[in-house]
Formats: sequence, C-alpha cells, structure tokens
Amino acid sequence: MSANATDCKMVNIYLYTRYERFWHWLQSALIMILLVTGFETNGIYTLLGFKAAAEIHNFVGITWLIAFAFFVFWVFTTGEWRQYIPTTKKMLLVVRYYVYGIFRGEPHPVPKRREAKHNPLQRLVYLSLAAFLLPIQMLSGLLYWSYNSWGEWGLGWLSLPVVAGVHLAGGFAILSFLIVHIYMITTGHSLGAHTRAMICGWEEVEERESVEEWEIKPRGRSTPGEA
Amino acid sequence: MSIQSNEARCTSCHIGYGWKDKNFDFKDASKVDCLVCHEQTGTYKKFPAGAGNPVKEPTLFPGDGITYLPPEWNKVAQSVGRPTRDNCGVCHFYGGGGDMVKHGDLDSSMHKPNKALDVHMAVDGRNFDCTRCHTTNSHQVAGRIYSTPAATARTTLAQDDLTPRITCESCHTATPHKPGVKANDHTDKVSCQSCHIPEFARALPTKMRWDWSTAGKMKDGKPYKEKGPLGTPVYDTQKGNFVWEKNVRPAYFWYNGTIDAVSLKDPIDPTKPVALNWPVGSPQDPNARIAPFKIHTGKQPYDTVHKTMLVPHLFGPPDSDAYWRKYDWQLALASGMQKAGLPYSGQFDFVETSYVYPTTHMVAPKEKSVSCNECHSRENGRMAGIKGVYLPGRDGNRVIEVLGWAAVLGSLAGVLLHALGRAVSRRRKEG
Ligand code: HEC
Ligand code: HEC
Ligand code: HEC
Ligand code: HEC
Ligand code: HEC
Repeated sequence: MSANATDCKMVNIYLYTRYERFWHWLQSALIMILLVTGFETNGIYTLLGFKAAAEIHNFVGITWLIAFAFFVFWVFTTGEWRQYIPTTKKMLLVVRYYVYGIFRGEPHPVPKRREAKHNPLQRLVYLSLAAFLLPIQMLSGLLYWSYNSWGEWGLGWLSLPVVAGVHLAGGFAILSFLIVHIYMITTGHSLGAHTRAMICGWEEVEERESVEEWEIKPRGRSTPGEA
Repeated sequence: MSIQSNEARCTSCHIGYGWKDKNFDFKDASKVDCLVCHEQTGTYKKFPAGAGNPVKEPTLFPGDGITYLPPEWNKVAQSVGRPTRDNCGVCHFYGGGGDMVKHGDLDSSMHKPNKALDVHMAVDGRNFDCTRCHTTNSHQVAGRIYSTPAATARTTLAQDDLTPRITCESCHTATPHKPGVKANDHTDKVSCQSCHIPEFARALPTKMRWDWSTAGKMKDGKPYKEKGPLGTPVYDTQKGNFVWEKNVRPAYFWYNGTIDAVSLKDPIDPTKPVALNWPVGSPQDPNARIAPFKIHTGKQPYDTVHKTMLVPHLFGPPDSDAYWRKYDWQLALASGMQKAGLPYSGQFDFVETSYVYPTTHMVAPKEKSVSCNECHSRENGRMAGIKGVYLPGRDGNRVIEVLGWAAVLGSLAGVLLHALGRAVSRRRKEG
C-alpha cells in the first residue's frame, strides 16, 4: 500500500551492498540473542536457565566482537565512515518532519541517496551507537568475561559490580534503541520499504534533484560495486 | 552440652582410656586405646558408659538393650591392621551419643556407601578408606583442627607429600575441571564441597534440632521414648525433643578452616539465638572459601544471672544429682557446674542455640553437582546469605534496572503514540 500523498516520481536505488546487509542482519541477530540471554543472566527472568544463558551470552558476545572488528575494517577501507560524520544541517528539518510533517503526509526532507544513506538524525544516532554505546558495551562485556584474569592483568582495582552495572545500563540503552529503530523502519514510503532495502539492497525513493553537495560522500576511493 | 561431669560416656570415643576422675591425664599417650582403630574383627566394642573400657563380662546396657560381650582378646589382638572405615566409624559415625546425631556427612551409611552417596568411599567405586585422605604423619591424623587457621598453601600432594591438612585440592588441584568449564573459575572463592555435596544425610536422616527444654516428661510416672515418621526418636524423657531431616541442603558461610566457639565462661546474649560455634572467614581473607555446613539448632540451659551457658550433670550413679537419675534440672545444673568448677547463680532458663558442622564427605557423582542456577538466582538461592561477592543472576543494580525499564517503556510508549498519530492522520486524509 502506498501512503504517499505527494505526487513525486519514485525511483529504485541501490542503497546497501551485500556485505552491509549481511553485517546488519548478523549484528541484529547477535544483539537480540545477547539481549535475551544477557537479561536472563542478570536475573530478570528465567528462560533457558542460568547456565545456558551465561554460556550462550559469552559465546555470542565474543563472536560479535570479532565480527565488529571486520565491520570497522570495512567502514574505514571503503570510506563509508564518512556517512557517519555528524552534521547539524537540516537536522531541525528532520526532527520537525518526524514530530509534525509525517502526520501531514509531507515528504521526507532528506531522502536517501546512494552517497547519503543516512539523514542527519540517523548520522548522529548511528555515530553515537557505533562509536560510543556499542564499544562501551563490548569493552565492559570483555572485562566482565575476563574477570578471573584481572589480577594477572593488573586490573585488580576494577569492581565487578561497577563493570556489571555499566554493562546492564548499556543493555537497556540498546534495547531502547532497538524499539525505536524497529519502529522507524515502518516510516518509509510503505511500511515495508526500508526493510526491503535492507534485504535486497534496493529501496524505492522519491526522485528529486540531486542531493546537496554537503551530503555527498566524496568519491574516488573504492565504492562498493553498483549492481 | 559439654564434656565436663559426663566424661565416663564421652571418653568412650574421646581419648581417655580408663578415665576414673578429674585428675586423668588426657595427654598421656599410653592412655590412647589403639585397638579401636586398628583391630579388624569388628567385635571390639566398648561399654557405652564404661569410660572407654570394654566389658570384662557380658553386660546389658539399658540405653540400647544390647548385651556387650567381653572381647576375645587373642583374636582382636591378632587382627591388628591398617584402620578401615569401620574402625574410624566406631567413633565418627556415632558422635554425640548415637548414629546420625552430629555430622550430617558421617554416619553408619558410610560403612558401605554406594557411588551415589560417596564417590570416593563407594564400595562399587574406589572404596577409599578414611586414611586414604586422612593421611598420617607419625599418627597425627591430617584433617582440620578448629583452633588452627586454614591451610595457607594450595599445594598438591605431589608438591608436598605430607600436607598437614588434607584438602580436595591435594589430589585434584585447584582446576580439576576440563579447560573452559566455568567451575574452574570458582575454586578461588567457592569450596569444592559447596558444589559437590548438593545435600547431606542422603541415605539416613540426621539430627537437626535438639530441644532440651522439653526433657523430663513422664508417661505413667516413667520416662519414655517416641519415634517419628523417619523411624528416629522424636522424644526422649532424658533428652527432650528431636527433629530429624533427610537430604538436607547445607547452609553456606565464608570459612577459612577455623571454627570459633563459645566457652562456658563467655557471656552470651539470650535475647537472640546463641551461636555456640561459628565458621571464621570473610570475603577479604584469601584463604577463605564459601563452604557448606550443617546447622544444628537446639534449646539449652543458660544462667539467667551470669548470662553464660550451663552444663548439667547428666549421667551418674543412682543416688547422684545427675539429670538422668532425678530429672531435676536445678540439681543437675548445680552439680554439673560445681564439677566443672564454674559459678552458677541458681537461676536458669533455656535459650535457642545453633551449632555448625562442616560438610565435606558424601561427595556426590559429578552429574549431581549443584547446578549454576541454584546459586545464581534471586529467589531462595543457595548463596542468599553470602556477602562480599557479586553473583550475576543474584545481584544486579536496582537503580539501573528501574531507570533502564523506564527508558525502554518510554521508548515503547513513544513509538506507540507516534504510530497512533500516523494512523489517525492517514484515516482522516483518506476518509
Ligand atoms: C576412639 C574413637 C575414635 C576413633 C576410633 C577415631 N577417631 Fe577421629 N576423632 C575422635 C575424636 C573424639 C575427635 C575430636 C578430637 C578433638 O576435637 O580434639 C576426633 C577427631 C578427628 C579428626 C579431626 C576432626 C575435627 O573436628 O577437627 C579427624 C580428621 C579424625 N578424627 C579422623 C579419624 C580417622 C581417619 C579415624 C580412623 C583412622 C579416626 N578418626 C578414628 C575419636 C576417634
Ligand atoms: C576423599 C577424601 C576423604 C575421605 C575418604 C574421608 N575424608 Fe574426612 N575429610 C576430608 C577433608 C577434605 C576434610 C576437611 C579438611 C579441612 O577442612 O581442612 C575432612 C574432614 C574430616 C573431619 C573433620 C570434620 C569435618 O567434617 O570437617 C572428620 C571428623 C573426618 N573428616 C572424618 C573422616 C572419616 C571418619 C572418614 C572415613 C569414614 C573420612 N573422614 C574419610 C576428606 C576425606
Ligand atoms: C561452581 C561449582 C563447582 C565447584 C566450586 C567445583 N566443581 Fe567440580 N564440578 C562441577 C560440575 C558442575 C561438574 C560436572 C562436570 C563438568 O561440567 O565438567 C564438576 C566436575 C568435577 C569433577 C569430574 C571432572 C570430569 O571432567 O570428569 C571433579 C573431579 C571435580 N569436579 C572436582 C572438583 C574439586 C576438587 C573442586 C575444588 C577444587 C571442584 N570440583 C569445585 C562444579 C563445581
Ligand atoms: C586421596 C585423593 C583424593 C582426595 C583427597 C579427594 N579426591 Fe576426589 N577423587 C579421587 C579419585 C581417585 C577419583 C576418581 C574416582 C572414580 O573415578 O571412581 C575422584 C573423583 C572425584 C569426583 C568425580 C566423581 C565422578 O562422578 O566421576 C569428584 C566430583 C571429586 N572427586 C570431588 C572431590 C572433593 C569435593 C574432594 C574433597 C572433599 C575430593 N574429591 C578429595 C581422589 C581424591
Ligand atoms: C555453589 C554456588 C555456585 C554455583 C553452583 C555456581 N556459581 Fe558462579 N559464582 C558463585 C560465586 C560465590 C561467585 C562470585 C565469585 C567471585 O567473585 O569470584 C560466582 C561468580 C560467577 C560469575 C561471575 C564472575 C566470574 O567468575 O566470571 C559467573 C559468570 C558465574 N559465576 C557463572 C557460573 C556458571 C556458568 C555456573 C554453572 C556451571 C556457576 N556459576 C555455578 C557461586 C556459584
């Protein structure tokens, strides 16, 4: 169904490369498992039993850490990291859109482009997630996991309740993000448009005059192949 | 209850062969009875109240209705050998005046345990004798001594052939599990026994409570006994009420191997249950581990003026003031305290008491080890009373939890409202 009230012409663009899509779904699966087993390990509920929950959590956590290292490598070698550079331009427009315009059926002020996948709000959120929240979660998790070696590593001054507290707070933050994130993917032209893009790589966006200069990721370096 | 004034019975086990009066030298090695440990016929039995002497002619002990026969000395003497479980069990399975009374992990079921009861001493397994673990160094039985602190070194027998104290680690090392098994990370804080003895008294019930205050009741003017559902005595005019339990989950405490006790001279606080002894140890003590215990509770007499525990004279000749003769606490306490050479005000009452026994035998097969969630849980976990450690699953941070849920529910409410707004505005436009 189309909720598009404007009469813009729609075009299909290739937004997400195969690796990006793979990474996205792998990471989301890992994070979901980590959330479910993590909250159980904390004692909030009983589902798999403490032993299974703790063991799965540790295993998946280490897996995520390794996979994330690959992602960081990819982001920097492809230059995609520029998509995450924060900007304040049009930020207020985007905010205005989500609190007002969206109810009136206005078009998104910053539609997606191959060279500008993220709107200013997304840039800020994803940057704080990838550069701040997730690393904190990984670091506190790694420390928690290596608790029995703190003495040998000269980390004896660390406190397990504090490390565990940071890790728990991070878990709640990620869960909150996830709720909003899952909701936001229903705000495309159709409820499933964003999801489709993350599965096939292609998304239907409004055709408009090209994106503004500041939005574009400078080319030249290797850009993932167009289909 | 205490030894003083009741020695003729206690010395059946405690060193004191031939005890006659207060002047007996308990340190004189010639008074140690070798045969209890070393004879192998199984016929050398002491008369329960015979001051550590076997009988000279067949004698009936009214306490158990058994006639004790004099030993056939030549057979007994010829059978001298290395001590077996039966030798040690003569005293250790019947401590406190009967089978299953004191230790919840040492009772007559350990004469011939199966693997489910004890993986080491199982007759269908390794069939360890007590001395396999309690190795001796010139007859100083390795074990634990309440008055000396914990083993300071975590050595293996290979490193140190004659450790003065036996520990599980002597044979198994501190990391007995396969690499990667989480239990290896626990052994610096949690004793092996905590995980490997899920319950004690798994074959026979053990006495958990002894209420002396109800002793002395008569039926038709005579002392009587009553048995309970487990086939064990629940009332005895001589001793009061008992509570027995089977398959008991231990209580856990920090423990460095030392147990402190109240003496008859120490002041007590009768407004609270009195701990007659307690394990010593704290989370900061590197030699302390969390260890399992049997807690035996009771009601015992104390001096309401001096605020000290009292010892009654229990057992004595017919004309004595002994409790088991006249059933008069006042006389028995006065006589007992006088014999102990301790003051007694003449005023007494009963107070709640507790007494701990370490639990270290009856190691169960590995599949029966305590599971993770029995300790790592918020409700009714085994570690409920243990302070000074952070246990995931038991501990959390309630502030972070409240704030965390607030953030999660806030996000949820936000997106639901937003979705509602979108649905309504769309309907308005379409409609
Ligand atoms: C004659 C009775 C008797 C026999 C037989 C006997 N013990 Fe003991 N054992 C005692 C008594 C009584 C104590 C308590 C001594 C004390 O607290 O000072 C004791 C203490 C111990 C302790 C130290 C326990 C503690 O609470 O500190 C160990 C270990 C021990 N015995 C092992 C053995 C072993 C092994 C055997 C068999 C070789 C054995 N005993 C045979 C009476 C006996
Ligand atoms: C598998 C080894 C092993 C065997 C077999 C064994 N013990 Fe022990 N025993 C121990 C250990 C370990 C301790 C605790 C020592 C400590 O706390 O330092 C202990 C402690 C004791 C104590 C002190 C009280 C207590 O419960 O802590 C007594 C008494 C005792 N053993 C008697 C016996 C008797 C009697 C037997 C034979 C029926 C026996 N033990 C067989 C390992 C063993
Ligand atoms: C946190 C609980 C825990 C503690 C503490 C613990 N264990 Fe275990 N142990 C287990 C569990 C659970 C198993 C079951 C098998 C497994 O997962 O490897 C086990 C298995 C074993 C086995 C059999 C190993 C095998 O691979 O067949 C031995 C032997 C053993 N433990 C000895 C000890 C000794 C000795 C200590 C003290 C130094 C100890 N354990 C401390 C939980 C514990
Ligand atoms: C004298 C050496 C010795 C001591 C001390 C000792 N063990 Fe063992 N233990 C053994 C041997 C040998 C086996 C192997 C038994 C078998 O496979 O039948 C064993 C087996 C075990 C097992 C595995 C049982 C299974 O199901 O396979 C556990 C658990 C265990 N011990 C725990 C303990 C604990 C807890 C202590 C301290 C209370 C302890 N051991 C003290 C020698 C010892
Ligand atoms: C007898 C109770 C007991 C059992 C059973 C037990 N634990 Fe623990 N656990 C503890 C205690 C006590 C601590 C705190 C130890 C510390 O601070 O070193 C702890 C700490 C932990 C920790 C956090 C610190 C660390 O070492 O990483 C983890 C994770 C853990 N346990 C996992 C497990 C798992 C998995 C199992 C089951 C295989 C298990 N526990 C079984 C008592 C237990």
